[in-house]
Amino acid sequence: MSNVLTMTTFIPLIAAAILAIFLRGEDEFAQRAAKWVALVATVLTFLVSIAILAQFDPANPGMQMVEEAPWLMDIKYKMGVDGISILFVMLTTFMMPITIAASWNVTTRVKEYMIAFLVLETLMLGVFMALDLVLFYLFFEAGLIPMFLIIGIWGGKERIYASFKFFLYTFLGSVLMLVAMVAMFADAGTTDIVALMKHEFASESFSVLGIHVLGGMQTLLFLAFFASFAVKMPMWPVHTWLPDAHVQAPTAGSVVLAAILLKMGGYGFLRFSLPMFPVGADVLTPLILWMSAIAIVYTSLVALAQQDMKKLIAYSSVAHMGYVTMGIFAANQQGIDGAIFQMISHGFISGALFLCVGVIYDRMHTREIDAYGGLVNRMPAYALIFLLFTMANVGLPGTSGFIGEFLTILGVFQVNTWVALVAATGVILSAGYALWLYRRVVMGELIKESLKSISDMTTRERAIFAPLVVMTLLLGVYPSLVTDIIGPSVEALITNYDTAVSEAQAVTQHAATSATSH
Amino acid sequence: MIFKTILFAPLIGALIAGFGWRIIGDKGAQWVATGLLFLACLLSWVVFLDGAHHADPVHILTWVQSGTLDSAWAVRVDRLTTIMLIVITSVSALVHLYSMGYMAHDENFAETESYRPRFFAYLSLFTFAMLMLVTADNLVQMFFGWEGVGLASYLLIGFYYRKPSANAAAIKAFVVNRVGDFGFILGIAGLYFMTDSILFDDIFAAAPELAETSVSFLWTEWNAANLLAFLLFVGAMGKSAQLFLHTWLPDAMEGPTPVSALIHAATMVTAGVFLVCRMSPLMEYAPEATAFITFLGATTAFVAATIGLVQNDIKRVIAYSTMSQLGYMFVAAGVGVYSVAMFHLFTHAFFKAMLFLGAGSIIHGMHHEQDMRNYGGLRKKLPYTFWAMMIGTLAITGVGIPLTTIGFAGFLSKDAVIESAYAGTQGGYAFWMLVVAALFTSFYSWRLMFLTFWGEPRGDKHTHDHAHESPMVMLVPLGVLALGAVFAGMIWYNSFFGKTDKVANFFNVPFVAEAAHGDDHGAAKDDHGAEAKADDHGTEAKADDHAAADAGHGEDKAHGKADGKAAKPHYVLSGNPGAGAIYAGPENDVINEAHYVPKWVKLSPFIAMLIGLATAIWFYLVNPSLPGRLAQNQRPLYLFLLNKWYFDEIYDFAFVRPARALGALLWKRGDGNVIDGTINGVAMGIIPFFTRLAGRAQSGYIFTYAFAMVIGIAVLVTWMTISGGAE
Repeated sequence: MSNVLTMTTFIPLIAAAILAIFLRGEDEFAQRAAKWVALVATVLTFLVSIAILAQFDPANPGMQMVEEAPWLMDIKYKMGVDGISILFVMLTTFMMPITIAASWNVTTRVKEYMIAFLVLETLMLGVFMALDLVLFYLFFEAGLIPMFLIIGIWGGKERIYASFKFFLYTFLGSVLMLVAMVAMFADAGTTDIVALMKHEFASESFSVLGIHVLGGMQTLLFLAFFASFAVKMPMWPVHTWLPDAHVQAPTAGSVVLAAILLKMGGYGFLRFSLPMFPVGADVLTPLILWMSAIAIVYTSLVALAQQDMKKLIAYSSVAHMGYVTMGIFAANQQGIDGAIFQMISHGFISGALFLCVGVIYDRMHTREIDAYGGLVNRMPAYALIFLLFTMANVGLPGTSGFIGEFLTILGVFQVNTWVALVAATGVILSAGYALWLYRRVVMGELIKESLKSISDMTTRERAIFAPLVVMTLLLGVYPSLVTDIIGPSVEALITNYDTAVSEAQAVTQHAATSATSH
Repeated sequence: MIFKTILFAPLIGALIAGFGWRIIGDKGAQWVATGLLFLACLLSWVVFLDGAHHADPVHILTWVQSGTLDSAWAVRVDRLTTIMLIVITSVSALVHLYSMGYMAHDENFAETESYRPRFFAYLSLFTFAMLMLVTADNLVQMFFGWEGVGLASYLLIGFYYRKPSANAAAIKAFVVNRVGDFGFILGIAGLYFMTDSILFDDIFAAAPELAETSVSFLWTEWNAANLLAFLLFVGAMGKSAQLFLHTWLPDAMEGPTPVSALIHAATMVTAGVFLVCRMSPLMEYAPEATAFITFLGATTAFVAATIGLVQNDIKRVIAYSTMSQLGYMFVAAGVGVYSVAMFHLFTHAFFKAMLFLGAGSIIHGMHHEQDMRNYGGLRKKLPYTFWAMMIGTLAITGVGIPLTTIGFAGFLSKDAVIESAYAGTQGGYAFWMLVVAALFTSFYSWRLMFLTFWGEPRGDKHTHDHAHESPMVMLVPLGVLALGAVFAGMIWYNSFFGKTDKVANFFNVPFVAEAAHGDDHGAAKDDHGAEAKADDHGTEAKADDHAAADAGHGEDKAHGKADGKAAKPHYVLSGNPGAGAIYAGPENDVINEAHYVPKWVKLSPFIAMLIGLATAIWFYLVNPSLPGRLAQNQRPLYLFLLNKWYFDEIYDFAFVRPARALGALLWKRGDGNVIDGTINGVAMGIIPFFTRLAGRAQSGYIFTYAFAMVIGIAVLVTWMTISGGAE
């Protein structure tokens, strides 16, 4: 199976096409057919993607299973995975069947809904596998459309505002990235990502309009990419689209958004920013570390003040993404290992938390925290599962949430102790908001009349949570499942990064000494 | 295998009780969990009595691995571990047994509800986490246990989930502990940064080097050993409820009483003491950090004792007593006598667990009345409980025959702490604080006894009429613990605080004979170069412990004869850091000096105890109206103590409210006005301006263009693919 990557990527798209072409009508049968087609397609995608994992050689830090075909002009259709991208692929294929299963109660425009999710899966997988700049951009940008539609059509009351906010924020970021890509092509003469990673972009400082640009061209390119990825992550202070998008999105939309779409930003940093513009990254590292630390504290505090469950979890997501950016730009083994681990783990945990909200939203049709209380009395299974993921979100050792947080703090401590200190306060604040949420929703007497007849989780709901529970605990107890796969690639990334940065510093110093000696 | 059985039996018990109770039934779940705990307990005693254990850690599974960071699930067994093993499993097994009676009926739940298996599952889960903590061979696994017990504590404090106060206390416990963990995590990160490892053995080996290294942290340079020891101690402060991070412990009494006995008296709260003892090789090179530990421990012992004087809830009195006794342990560890810290931990576990279980028995008999003002005259109604509480009180107040080693467990260990404090601080602040605290301890303990068991019955007559002794399943654990409270001190005195060679053998620490105890002692030490010393002891440490001991004997005798001072053989702990279960630095001879303190020092805790007892008799037996009048006359002081020095109010004002207010502010103003406001301003203000400028203000909505552009690109590329791909 030499084209296993392409197969994985396009199975969902084919399924979407089948739905679009062959399925007619809005009756019960058509709806059920649409759901089953989507579920079978996503499960099939997951099964095929296991073949990728099976063939993958963790010891090899380079691109593997590369597929290449001529496309248009000089641009090639080129796909491949390495230690950094493969787990994002797996995360996507793993989460999508869960997402579809969680949408079983959708009744409006079921066919279109399923098509949107299937197309979205193809585009997300493409982002993580594309090895050509144009191809990447295409997947990256096109992914906005189905998500925009999912929020805008199947969302809550203020879905229009939220969907446009989502679209504009992320789109404005990527326009700058597009400009940078053109500049990169002009400079390197190729759009091949592997070649670009080897290409050295100019890093001599220069002055523009009286502003001295340290790291020169690289810094500017870095900033352009940064604009796009920072919004996607999202990093403070461009995070405000996320809570609105989450609140308005349907449950499954929130799950995909939190579990997978946010990871594109982190992936982008690792695929482009660090390897292609190391000097630029080095120049801006202090700024980014501080933005991350502020994000952790700021959004955790904001989470404390929330009245809406989804908003609270959304803000908590931003805080957790703060650990990711912090780890990435610590640029050492623990930092980046931790960042990738945190992204994978957050995929399961935040996905599960949004599903937890979905479970009670389906019953009560409100996300107001105050509308609940004492659910444990009637929903013990739900209380247990919600507790597990609350604790995972808090970063309790033994769950996957701990490893990422811990490693990134360990990583950043070696670079900047102030940032480590500020970030570590996140462990206090996260306990505060997460347990407080849990208390207000689950604990206490069940007093509210409306909740008196609420029922515990159904078998379908339990089945949806089961794989997430397993992964959260498994990765918490045996994280080597992840670190063994990403380790060598991360090591290679860091080696290249350090070499590039120290070379650039040597050049600068040399220039400085020769300047003074003249 | 034996260690794995000890470790995993409670986990299996927790899983069976938690998930399998529907199959094996309510009773079955309780018996399985309790049975497995007794198995673990039995094996722990086997391991403990088996003596020397300093084998290589048993590797179970790799855990967090990243670059040079390599932590595994592993079992490290040395004397510190085995002491903790018997403490944890014994108390836990007894508490399991006790809970069968105590939890049999609970007014917080309907009879039809199956709350008991859940309770037993939590108890067993706690035990598992605690065992993981003490058997860790690296800091990360220790942190796993550390957080695991925090989780179990959270679950058990909030066990009565319908009570708002219980839920609030549970969250408070978790969050305040997290403040400590914040320091702990930074400490681990710092240790990894400095030593490139989180394994205890590597850290211990690097400790002397850390003392010479400075590390830049935050705004300035610090001595690495001091900084890291301090950060770890912040973690210990949280878990062990030391001053400033103690506010959660009294509130934790919201949990069922067996929980208080197991978690908040005997085991979990001593984890901080264990951490400091475990890290003794690092602590020994961190003089400023240990000075702080001593200071804070002494202050905690004092403050907690003052608050304990006036509390009316029986469990809160014992809770503050626990906090105070933990302060004692930290003082002993802070002055460098880790064996004594462990001694007090060990004896305290027995008598404090018993006091709590006894209190539980009273509460059980009094239909969940906890206010001592409503007790009185219960001696006859609860005879066995009375005697148990009496033994506990005699133990905690330190009753024994002065200047001998005959007495209740607390007498021996507490006096050892106080003598160590005197020797370690040359009769300074810590010593005096502990003596005063001993006086207060005696007062509040006897106050509890007199209010509960003497005098006329007060409060609800109906409750008193129906007061009853607890069932056998609750009394048996009391009896077993009573044995510990009476004899544990006398039996193990020599092992923890005897002659140095005995202590060294017990903890498997190499030791050498020293010629004299005089002035030349320090000089001789200085002559040894650091390197030579390390080499010297390095070989010794590798040798069999007993051989080393024998060598020590021989050498000493020869030495002694030469000096003509054969009367008192004098040994000091030696070996490389990490060679034994505990470590005493080259300058640290406090354990010896503690034996040679003046007589009045040795008598002081006993006298303090007598004064406390006399005052309590005067206040509560002879002249019962006196306390009320005193509280009236000294109202501000009384309120200050009754309100626990206003720590909760201050924290609420200084941290909790500001955090919430800041959160709301950042949300409404920061996210709403500043960020969204700016971006909307830009989007709605500037962009239409540009579009007008370009003369293309057809719709004026930026997203129309944006959306069109994305679709345009998609269509364009698709079209080019189809047409261009053919080339």
